[in-house]
Amino acid sequence: MKSRTVVLSLLFAALAVAVALLSLSIGTSKVPIADVIDVLLGGGRRGQRLIVLDLRLPRVATGLLVGIAFAVSGALLQTLSRNALASPDIVGVNSGASAGAVAVIVLAGSGGGNISGFAGQVGIPLAAVLGGLLATVVVGALSIQRGQVDGGRVVLIGVGIAAAANSLVAWMLVIGDVNDAGRAAAWLAGSLNSREWSDAVPVLIAVVVLLPVAIMFNRDLSAMVLGDDVASSLGVRVARIRLLLLIVATVLAAMATAAAGPIAFVALVAPQVALRLTRMERPPLVTTALLGAVFVVLADLLARNGLGWLHFGPYELPVGVLTAAAGAPYLLHLIGRQQKGR
Amino acid sequence: MHVENLTLAYGADAPVVTGLTLEVPAGRLTAIVGPNGSGKSTLLRGMSRLMPPQSGHVLLDGEDIHKLPARELARRLGVLPQGPVTPEGITAAELVSRGRHPHRGLFGRLTSDDDSAIDEALAAVELTELRDRPVDQLSGGQRQRVWIAMVLAQGTAHLLLDEPTTYLDLAHAVDVMNVVHAAAHTSGRTVVVVLHDLTLAAQYADHLVVMGAGAIAAQGRPADVLTSGLLDEVFGLQATVVEVGGAPVVVPDRRLAG
Repeated sequence: MKSRTVVLSLLFAALAVAVALLSLSIGTSKVPIADVIDVLLGGGRRGQRLIVLDLRLPRVATGLLVGIAFAVSGALLQTLSRNALASPDIVGVNSGASAGAVAVIVLAGSGGGNISGFAGQVGIPLAAVLGGLLATVVVGALSIQRGQVDGGRVVLIGVGIAAAANSLVAWMLVIGDVNDAGRAAAWLAGSLNSREWSDAVPVLIAVVVLLPVAIMFNRDLSAMVLGDDVASSLGVRVARIRLLLLIVATVLAAMATAAAGPIAFVALVAPQVALRLTRMERPPLVTTALLGAVFVVLADLLARNGLGWLHFGPYELPVGVLTAAAGAPYLLHLIGRQQKGR
Repeated sequence: MHVENLTLAYGADAPVVTGLTLEVPAGRLTAIVGPNGSGKSTLLRGMSRLMPPQSGHVLLDGEDIHKLPARELARRLGVLPQGPVTPEGITAAELVSRGRHPHRGLFGRLTSDDDSAIDEALAAVELTELRDRPVDQLSGGQRQRVWIAMVLAQGTAHLLLDEPTTYLDLAHAVDVMNVVHAAAHTSGRTVVVVLHDLTLAAQYADHLVVMGAGAIAAQGRPADVLTSGLLDEVFGLQATVVEVGGAPVVVPDRRLAG
């Protein structure tokens, strides 16, 4: 790793800790940072422990993990398809995962807007992974031409698959019970509102298992950006590694979607910003992961408190609204750049 | 390197190369030429395992390349295919360092062996001064030499290059061919290069292989192989072959209007 990349990674790690502490401190009732640290170290008053550990920490932890999962998924897909637009939120992986999750919420819903423990804790992540994998398989199969993956086709076909999955979601919301549909709609905007530990655990497992797998293939990815033929002749088993990393990227994005909804643009933007800052030739995985974590938790901090600070009252925005507002201009910039030929 | 009765086909299409047998002279520069669609690039892909054979074998030091583990093969056979992707912003030295991939473990920095192989490769293509320059800012000829340095850094005894001079003007093509020739004659590598330009091939090659319609039409010393009769027969080209400095030069016959 270049020293520039190491320095930036350390910087983003420090930023992630800082933003997480801020997020634990700020809210309807403020807990001073010193007390937050005290609570995390096992001290603090009863009320503060309740606010920090039970109400805010699961939300912040879910935010950090979801940020890591989306960002790494984006970095992998962009690298594998050699296209900066090919992130799971653009090419239909998140939409496929959403369709799977909404199916569980609507079909297994009790009608009261809540679903029973097992269907919620296992069913939603599982259905999200299946939906995401289905989208990946379809996009992958349709964009291979003569054994080579064409990055341009990945994006075009992906956008089509995303639209198909989204209309499936819309249909399920229409036929579903109104309470279930309402719950699903809030989740679809991408939200960290009232997350519990049970929401964080599946993403935690995905990140802990799959991030090291992705990092193990770092050097092979460095060869694969030179083209499939060059990578093969350098001894990389391209087809096998691409399939494995596609599955890794899909499961990461699907687990993150299951936990917090399809938070927009994190997977698209974080790898590209890390790429520009480190001046590497492909998004560096660790730096991207940390940047994704900072991005989501910071956006959630603003979404949770922004309206209050502006004196619009005690309303919370879904975090996805904020990331979309920040990410959409960047998407337009990327499209403009690609149309200019590079 | 030995090619034994090799047949190559894309999918279920008719074979592009049919039952081809070729003995590549060790430590020499072999050039493969032929008209468009004669199967010369396909043959190189077959020799480098980028394309599985329908039948036949490619032997490297007596071992079938399809039976060697991928990394083991990559330590013995270097390949520069057509159309490699130059990532935006990568520097010359970084790109060359990728050639060390088959020698490296999962993690860890470049070893001193890696560093000296990279330095030597950059020196061999005379780009030591430009090592920290982004490759996409170099000229076409310099860029091609960086790619050749990447395969040189791989440190293999055998080298296959697919049309390394395409799209280059003559001066840059000559720079590239000087490097390729030195890889065989200074470093003792066995080099096979597919070329478009007959005269360039004849100037540099020790052994010239002329392909026509998926089979070898002629092979041997360039001066023996390249005759106006062969050019007519294989390329459908009316030309006179003259000799300059011991190597044949192809001068096409003109048909001027008026």
